[in-house]
Amino acid sequence: MSATGINWFKYSSPQALYPLAGRMIPWFAAVAVGLVAVGLYVGFFVAPTDVTQGDAYRIIFVHVPAAWMSMFLYVIMAIWAGIGLGLNARPSFMMAQAIAPTGAMFTFLALFTGSMWGKPTWGAWWVWDARLTSELILLFQYIGIILLRSSIDDLRRADRASAVLALVGVINVPIIYFSVRWWNTLHQGASVTITAAPTMAGSMVTAMLIMMVGFWMYSFAVTLARMRCVIVERERQPSWGKPASIPDVAEAR
Amino acid sequence: MQWGSVAEFFAMGGYGLYVWPSFGVAALCMGGEVIAVWRRHAAASESHDES
Repeated sequence: MSATGINWFKYSSPQALYPLAGRMIPWFAAVAVGLVAVGLYVGFFVAPTDVTQGDAYRIIFVHVPAAWMSMFLYVIMAIWAGIGLGLNARPSFMMAQAIAPTGAMFTFLALFTGSMWGKPTWGAWWVWDARLTSELILLFQYIGIILLRSSIDDLRRADRASAVLALVGVINVPIIYFSVRWWNTLHQGASVTITAAPTMAGSMVTAMLIMMVGFWMYSFAVTLARMRCVIVERERQPSWGKPASIPDVAEAR
Repeated sequence: MQWGSVAEFFAMGGYGLYVWPSFGVAALCMGGEVIAVWRRHAAASESHDES
């Protein structure tokens, strides 16, 4: 930490995080819009029609990034939850709280777009395949974590309970990822892996990866924005009892 | 580019009914989330000023 010359602990308080996030959000949002625009252009105008799947395959440009984000965001949420439990750090719990709805949204998108792809390709909207079922369970996990938090009035207990639930549920992420290898699923295996060359045309992979990075940037922007909401909402809690409001402090800077 | 006309582009080789809802719902979900967070922030800041 000292090697980078940046005092990271300076940013670990909500008062410092609020303006910092505010400065970062426009950049992440701008990059996200740009990348998604380029990704859609490459996906629809540069990438060729697939020989076996026709143009239905173009759904993967939104399906695969959404599915990856649903798993990534869960792991990141669980890491923040774990840090929160380990260090009893309030901002970590806030991050976990801010990530959950975006993760749930991407999980729903992965399931919906997968269904739209499955109907023309497999001939079924839904099959109880290991990959699909474990992804559906992930959606229920996100919803469960959000509902558990909202059902507990005491903020500290809500933080800890939802963090424990998030941490326990992280076991499902490797199950989703490896489900296409462990079980004989209808869902196809990974098209792009770190260890092997992609099984798709170059422009298809390019479009998918650009969309992927765009979705990352979107996730950063929207979770940081929700983090700011959470900071302001929690500030109103009587237990916190800070004399000056965070927007006031942010403006004073 | 492999599209001869605008109509051909929207037909998506006969899969338009599956391709466009996928992207449309994705746009609605992400756009809706942005608006929801925006409103939540406005509501939180507003009620904060009142108190």
